[in-house]
Order: sequence, then C-alpha cells, then structure tokens
Amino acid sequence: MSTNIMIVGVGGQGTLLTSRILGGIAIEKGYDVKLSEVHGMAQRGGSVVTFVRYGECVREPIVEEGQADVLIAFERLEAARYHHFLKKGGVMIVNDVVIEPITVISGQTTYPTDVLDPLEGKYKIVKVDANKIAEEVGNRRVFNTVVLGVAARHMDVEKDVWLRVIERTVPPKTVEINQKAFLTGLGE
Amino acid sequence: MKKLLLGNEAIARGAYEAGVKVSAAYPGTPSTEISETIAKYPEVYAEWSPNEKVAAEVAIGASISGVRSMCCMKHVGLNVAADPLFTCAYTGVGGGLVAVVADDPGLYSSQNEQDTRMIARAAMIPVLEPSDSAEAKAFVKRAFELSEKYDTPIILRSTTRLSHSQGAVELEDRVEVPDKPYEKRIDKYVMMPGMAKKRHLYVEDRLNRMAADMATDPLNRIEYADKKIGFIASGIAYQYVKEAMPEASVLKLGVLNPLPKALIEEFAKNVETLYVFEELEPVVEEQVRAMGIKVIGKEIFTRQGEYSANLLRKAVLGVEDYEAPTAGLPARPPVLCPGCPHRSVFSVMKRLKLHVIGDIGCYTLGAVAPISVIETTICMGSSISTLHGVEKAKGKDYIKNWVCVIGDSTFLHTGVNSLINSAYNRSSGTVVILDNRTTGMTGHQEHAATGKNLKGEPAPAIDLETLCRAIGVTRVRTVSAFDRDALTAALKEETQADELSVIICRAPCALLKGNVFPNKVFVDAAKCAKCGACITCGCPALSKNADKTAKIDPEMCNGCGLCASFCKFGAMEKREVLKK
Ligand SMILES: Cc1ncc(C[n+]2csc(CCOP(=O)(O)OP(=O)(O)O)c2C)c(N)n1
Ligand code: SF4
Ligand code: SF4
Repeated sequence: MSTNIMIVGVGGQGTLLTSRILGGIAIEKGYDVKLSEVHGMAQRGGSVVTFVRYGECVREPIVEEGQADVLIAFERLEAARYHHFLKKGGVMIVNDVVIEPITVISGQTTYPTDVLDPLEGKYKIVKVDANKIAEEVGNRRVFNTVVLGVAARHMDVEKDVWLRVIERTVPPKTVEINQKAFLTGLGE
Repeated sequence: MKKLLLGNEAIARGAYEAGVKVSAAYPGTPSTEISETIAKYPEVYAEWSPNEKVAAEVAIGASISGVRSMCCMKHVGLNVAADPLFTCAYTGVGGGLVAVVADDPGLYSSQNEQDTRMIARAAMIPVLEPSDSAEAKAFVKRAFELSEKYDTPIILRSTTRLSHSQGAVELEDRVEVPDKPYEKRIDKYVMMPGMAKKRHLYVEDRLNRMAADMATDPLNRIEYADKKIGFIASGIAYQYVKEAMPEASVLKLGVLNPLPKALIEEFAKNVETLYVFEELEPVVEEQVRAMGIKVIGKEIFTRQGEYSANLLRKAVLGVEDYEAPTAGLPARPPVLCPGCPHRSVFSVMKRLKLHVIGDIGCYTLGAVAPISVIETTICMGSSISTLHGVEKAKGKDYIKNWVCVIGDSTFLHTGVNSLINSAYNRSSGTVVILDNRTTGMTGHQEHAATGKNLKGEPAPAIDLETLCRAIGVTRVRTVSAFDRDALTAALKEETQADELSVIICRAPCALLKGNVFPNKVFVDAAKCAKCGACITCGCPALSKNADKTAKIDPEMCNGCGLCASFCKFGAMEKREVLKK
C-alpha cells in the first residue's frame, strides 16, 4: 500500500517545490518514495502535474487515474482537469483562484467557473483562497505553502517534521515566510 | 547514505562514481540535468558543446586518449550525433565511453517520438536501460565496465519519466580509474575501407559474444511467479507491470541490444502466455517473433505515447475503474512568458503579414494562437536552409514576404552551417536571429555566445554579427527586440533587398537570472475603450475585467510595454516600480 499524492497547477506556480517538500517528508518518515516531475516546455505557463508516492515499496513514479489519495490543485480549472485521478472519496484541496489560460484570454473559449460543482459529493473538496492568505502572511508567492498547510491537515505527519523539511527544501532566504505560510494553512 | 535523486542526477552520479573524466553535451529535455549535475563535480571536465555531434566527438577523443568519457543528449540529438557514433561502433573505445540518450514517449517537449533502440540496432551499439534512479546509477557504472570489456561505446537509454522522476539512491565513493595508455593504432582508429571491413567483422562478433554473455548477466533477470502470464519488459514499463500485475512472471531486460536470446527462449518455454510490454516501437517484440516465439505485443499495446499500469490493466485484464474526466475543459497550452522578447518580434511580423519559417526553441510557441505567425518547424537549425529551399524552388520574388527565425542557441547548434550555405549559394532571404542571450526552452543554459561555460566560468563569447559577416553576409544589423519601429523598418527593407541579410533581434529572455524589470504597465480604466486590442498580443498577464476593461496581473507583468503599444487610446501607462 502506498500513499499517492498529485499536485497540479499552472507552470511557474511551484508544483515542483511542493512535491519536493512532500518527498522530503516521506524520506523523513522512513518510507520508500518516488516523485515524478515536469521540466521543459510545459513549464512555460502550461498545465503542470507532479506526483508523489510513498509507502513500503513504491514501483511506478506516477499516480494514475483513480488512485490519488490527495489531489492538491493550485488553480480551479486544473483541479477539474485532473479530478478523475482521485480515488472515490479522495481529498481534493483547491486553491480556489482563477488563472485564465491563453485559450480563454484570446477569446477562443470561455472559463467555466462552475467546474467544481458537479464534483461535490464525489470527493472531500476543501477550497481555500490561498493567494489572499499568502498576501496576509506577507508574500503572495508563498500561496503554495499555504495550500500545503491545508493539505497537511489531512495527512498524518507531525508539525515539526513539516517545519524541518520545509527549512531544508525551500530557498534559505524564504524559510521563515514559508514556515509561517504553512502554519497558517495548517490552521495555527 | 540514501538520497532522493532525479533519474538524470543518478546518471550523473553514476558517471562520477565510475571515474568519468570528460563529459560533453548539448542541452535537450529530458536529458539536460545530467550535465548540470555532473558539472558540479570538480573531478570531471564537463562542457556544453554547440551540438550533439561535437559533444560525441569530444567524448570519443577523450576515450581514445584513454579516459572514461560520456556524452548526453535527447533522442533527436542522437540523429545529430549519429555520424560519429555509428563509426565509433567500429573503432571501439580506449577508456569506456557511454552515450546517454533520453527518449520522450508522449512528446512532453519534443518534435517527434523516435525510439533510440531502433537507431542503436542500426548502429550496432549495445543499449542498457534502467528502470528507476537507483538502477540508473548502477547501470551507468556497469555500462563503463562493459564498454571497456567489449571495446564498444554503450548507449544508456532513458525516457522522460525515468529522467524526471526521483527515487532513493545509495551514494558511493568515486573510484579513480587509471588512464589506459594511448596507443597509435590505425587498424582501430582510422576508419578507411581496408580497416573498417575488418572492424565490421569484429563488431558482428562482439554483438554475438555479448548476446551470449548477457543471458547469464544480472542486468537481465527472470522473476518467476504465476507462470500463466509472462511479460518481457524493461525500463519504466517494467515498473508498470509490477504495479498492475505483481502476480505475473517477468523477464526484466536491462540490456536491450543485443537481446539475450537464450534467456528469452527459456522464459518463453516456461510461461503460458507471453507478452512484450514496451513503450514506442516493437523492437523487442519483433526480434522475439523472429525467433519463432508466439508473443502478444503491439496488437493490444499502442506504439504511441507513454504507458501506465492502467493501460496494462485495461489491455490485458479489461479493467478500467475510475471516474470519467470532465469533458470540454479549456486547454492550457504553454505560452511565451510575460515580457518575452520573442512576442514583440512576432507582433511586428504579424502586422507585416510575413510568412515565417520557424525553428526550435521557446519561439516555436509563436506558431499557435493568438500569435500564429510561424508556419514550419522541423528540427534544430532547419529554418535558414528551409527558406533557402523555398527560394531556390520558387525564385527570389516569391520570398519577398518571407523570413526565417532562429534562436541564438539554435543558430550556433546547426543554423550556422545553413547560413554558410545560403551565403555560398546566393540566397536573398532574410534571417532573423532571436538573440535572447540564452538557451531558453531547456531551462537557460549557457552557449558559445553568452560569455560563460557549463561550469559557470567566464568564457569567450562569439560575436554573432562578426560571425555572420565572416560567412560573407554583408547586410547584418542588430536591433532591440522591443524596438518595434526599428524592427519594422529593418524587416521591410531586408525582405525587399536582393541579397541575403541577417537581422539580430536582441533582448534578454525574461526569465534570465539577473534580468531586472524596473517597469510595470497599468491600465487606466477610465480611458480603456474595451476594444481588447492589447489582449491580441497574447501576453498571459492580460485579461479582461467583468466590465470588459483590460486587466493586467501586476505579479506577472514584466513591463515590456508591448500591450501598451497595441492600445490606441492611451489607456496603458508604463510606470517605474523597481521590482526585485
Ligand atoms: C537536436 C536537438 N537537440 C536539442 C533539442 C532541444 N532543444 C529544443 S530548442 C533548444 C534550444 C533553444 O534555444 P534558442 O534557440 O536559444 O531559443 P530559446 O528557447 O532561447 O528561445 C533545445 C536545446 C532539440 N530539439 N533538438
Ligand atoms: S523562457 Fe525566455 S525565451 Fe522562453 S518564453 Fe520565457 S521569456 Fe521567452
Ligand atoms: S507590459 Fe503588457 S505585454 Fe508586457 S508583460 Fe506587462 S502585461 Fe505583458
């Protein structure tokens, strides 16, 4: 048995950093772990997916449709795009903000604002406006760590482990603000 | 000590531990991080070469001199490096030589989906393929041993999923390998017909010997379980088999060329139904079939894209159990960054209604809406010669409203040869070099015109203008990519000229380290006519408010001013904010 986490967002939102923190947590807890990342072209503002899997013995590095325990989405449309990767009843943490893709900005299509409504009841959906919270914490860029804090409420890991791994993983100058953002997300 | 490493980091670590002394590469997703990692070891000389052919030759030279060496590339880079590597298969090596080649099933960041194992077979070069980070490190080390034992270059094949996944790896110490003494041996290193004929015999014999030896080598192994179903699998596909059907028997291949025929025969005899589960081409399947063995493969598994455990479950067990995806969602393709100089250049080309022959780099995104100016993209360096071909086919007048665009890194990769051709064969075309001072698309690597090398040390910087003139182009000029008036004038003039010309459009990539953006653009809603003209520039920082007035995300805007130049109502104002 493994725990499967999927992080989705828009290129440049820091999905990679978040998955690396989660990888660090798994290592710290003594699990076997695999992460799968996206590099290259897709990072330029495209839809980005990273995976984290940990457990006794992890084989494939990806999380597949119907297998994610937790889906962390940094943007609403991306949450909808990948919801079917969740297990039935899985936890979906959504940073409930809208980032219009170029196909919408340029008028080729429209942004479906109610995309999450039909999913209510299928999963445990937790919405948070992390951008706003991050701004209150003092830096809009740490919204991803706020979301991670919210996700941590649904995971069985001690607080100091999180703080230690964050300290090790984020750029040295941003340790304090990231820890603060995490704790705010965690609800402390 | 165990550490989480990307497949690419593990490959670099393996080479380091194996005592590699020279590594040469040209960037290419998904192989780039191998070089970026190995450059951090002071014991290893590591360089960005201008292209993969040069990189392979550097590695060959180092190997002939007696040291362990490596070159790294993405799958299409192997096409560029094919010439030296095909013949290196004949010469064999001095010190061990490993070419790391990373394929891209699913085309995350590539122009095709070719399978390196096919090329390796044609080249008669042995191939090893690991299935996770830990194996990646171990297999590189084995590859160097095998290279020296069998006197052959070895290809270590990776794929995007392996290269860009992290897994736990046990770090070990570097072992310094004594240099092999250099020997002058024209029978081995001068490949003219008389010598090459003999080496061809050697190559054939070598593959046969290796195939026999590999039947008992731990790189290939049988994991017997339930013998009703048996899979032959390698690389990441092996992990999918173990995930989806842990109860099945597996022949896990670590060596993909030559295949261990004896082992395959044994496995086939012992399982009832035999499948080959391999991403991309049926390389193993066809060889197994040629051995007269009944096997199921591409008739139920696709040649396209990446595999997964779900794909296997569906094809073999007929099981598919998950929610349907939401249909009809807007796509979110990659876009040029806010403040990207390419966008400014394209906006001028669009207004002038030019046909644009493209090349490969971030600027290839200029092919899609809303920019939609680039009309062809084939391979790196192709734009200049493609335009030349159009001109020679249709005449000078036909291309008076055509240009080609090529990035600075791509120009130095193979574009420069094409420019030589255009000058030599009297082309009259207009070549636009998009000089953003970096190799943008693959993550901002240095190149021969940036003034730094892979190790971050100062390096001589080629002056592109002087280079073009030395080739014989007399009409060469440099304009700022953001000076749209100057660029408009230059393009009008040069496309009409009856001579070959080069316009270098210079402005640093918006993501380049140290690039400071003192300005941002703000919308004056009172003046905004809600016409949406600014939005057509295609910058992702722009959108519309509910009342249809233009909106700029201040976090994203880099203040390049392009959108403001689209506004006829003076509703957009550039202000100094000194960000960063
Ligand atoms: C033979 C080959 N090698 C490597 C690549 C990967 N690759 C694609 S574009 C590119 C370089 C782009 O740099 P540049 O031309 O400067 O354009 P930019 O992305 O900076 O706009 C590279 C290395 C490739 N597609 N083909
Ligand atoms: S990385 Fe640089 S070159 Fe590529 S899209 Fe962004 S700004 Fe343009
Ligand atoms: S000035 Fe306009 S075009 Fe340039 S980055 Fe800002 S919003 Fe985008």
